[in-house]
Amino acid sequence: MRHLDEYRDPAAVRVVLRQIEATAQHPWTIMEVCGGQTHSILKFGLDELLPANIRLIHGPGCPVCVTPLEQIDRALAIASRPGVILCSFGDMLRVPGSSGDLLTAKARGADVRIVYSPLDALKIASREPDRQVVFFAVGFETTAPANAMAVQCAARQGVGNFSLLMAHVLVPPALEALLSDPECVIQGLLAPGHVCVVTGYRAYEPLAAHYHVPIVVTGFEPLDLLRGVLAAVRQLERGEARVENQYERVARADGNPAARAVLAEVFAVSDRKWRGIGEIPASGYALAPAYAAFDAERIFGLEELAVEEPRECLSGLVLQGRIRPTECPQFGTRCTPEHPLGATMVSSEGACAAYFHYGRTAQAAGGR
Amino acid sequence: MCLAIPGKVVAIEGSDELRMARVDFGGVTREACLAYVPEAKIGDYVLVHVGFAIATVDEQAAQEALSLLAEVGEIEDLGKEGVDLRKEDADLRKEET
Repeated sequence: MRHLDEYRDPAAVRVVLRQIEATAQHPWTIMEVCGGQTHSILKFGLDELLPANIRLIHGPGCPVCVTPLEQIDRALAIASRPGVILCSFGDMLRVPGSSGDLLTAKARGADVRIVYSPLDALKIASREPDRQVVFFAVGFETTAPANAMAVQCAARQGVGNFSLLMAHVLVPPALEALLSDPECVIQGLLAPGHVCVVTGYRAYEPLAAHYHVPIVVTGFEPLDLLRGVLAAVRQLERGEARVENQYERVARADGNPAARAVLAEVFAVSDRKWRGIGEIPASGYALAPAYAAFDAERIFGLEELAVEEPRECLSGLVLQGRIRPTECPQFGTRCTPEHPLGATMVSSEGACAAYFHYGRTAQAAGGR
Repeated sequence: MCLAIPGKVVAIEGSDELRMARVDFGGVTREACLAYVPEAKIGDYVLVHVGFAIATVDEQAAQEALSLLAEVGEIEDLGKEGVDLRKEDADLRKEET
C-alpha cells in the first residue's frame, strides 16, 4: 500500500540504524508516547535493532489503558439499563471493570455493540428512536474530532436519543505530569504523530523548553520511528531541546484547523482521572455547556461514582515508563490477555499486551 | 486507538453538510467522512481514523523525506566496498518469492 510500504523498506531502515549508531555517543533514554508506536516497535523488533546505548521506554498513550475504572463501571451500569444500546470501539469490551467487563455484560443480555465509527452509533440512534444509544467516547485528540462531529450531527439532525459517555484525554498535560516528576528519567520524547495531525505541535514547545527535552513528532511505521529516534539522538548529542517534525507528510504545526474548530465548539477542557496515574488537571474533554444534553453521565445520573483501583495491577507504573511490563510479578502468570488484571494487558495498544504478543519475556528482554 | 491508515479517495458523495468519500485501502474500499479535509479531491491520499479523514497526505513532503534518505543511503553504500545493501535486499526478496 502506498504511503505505508515505503516506510517498511529494510534497506532504508538499515541506513537510519547506521546513522543512529554513528550519532549516539552517549546512553540516552527516549520515551515513545503513543501505544500504537509501542506496538510497532515491538512488532518489528526495533527495540532489539537499536544500539545498546539507546533505551526506549513506553509512555501513557493508550486511551483504553488510562480510562479509569469508574468510567468502565459507568459503562457497565448504563449497558445494564433497559432500553439502552451501548456502542463502543472493540478495544473497550474486554477491559476489566470492578465487576466484569462489557463483553460479559453482553453475554448476559445487555445490548452492547461494536462500531467502527461514532457515526455508526449515530445511525443506530436514528434507526431506533425508542432506545437510548450511548457511545463510549474513549480516545486522545486523534479520535476527539470524530466524536465531536457525531454530537454536532446529532444536534443538527435533532437526534435526541444519542449521547456520549466521555473518557477523552489529552497528551500534553500527561507529558507535563511525567516530566515534572523529580524521578523522571525521560531524556527525549517521540510525540504521537496522529495526535499532532489534529492539534498541531505548538503546545509541545513550552514543554521542550521548560524541561529541556527534545520532542520529535513521529509516525508509526519502522522508518518513521527510527527517523524520530535519530532526530531525538541528534538533538541530545548537541545539547538541543526543541520540537521537531519527522512526520512531515501529514503533521503540520497548526494541525487540522477544521477539526480544531469543531473540538472548540463541542468540547470543553476538563480535569480527568487517569487509570493508575490519578487526577491530572485540564487533561481531558467534557461536553461544552451548549451540548450538555448529550452527556450520558448526566442523563443516567452517574456523576458521583468513585471506585478504588486494584492494588495487584502495576499498570500505573507501566504507563509512566517506570517499569517494563516484564518487571511486574503478575506478567504472563496471573495476568494474561485471556485473564487480564488491567487494561494494558488487553488493549491492542497496551504495553503489556505488546510484550506478551511479541514474546518479550523477562528472560528474553534481558533488562533492555 | 490512534491507528490511522492512508488510503486513496476514489469517489466523493454526500451533501455539502457532511461530505463522504469511498476510500481505497490497497483493494479494500470503505466509507470515510471528509468534513475535516475540505481540500481533498478524487485521487488524493487521505489519512483515515475511525471513519474520518484527518489529513490529506502531502505528496511533496513524503517524496522529499524519502529521497533525502535514499541519497544518504547511496553515499553510505558507496563507502562500503563490495557491499550494495539495496541489491542485497532485492536479491533476498527474489529468493523469498
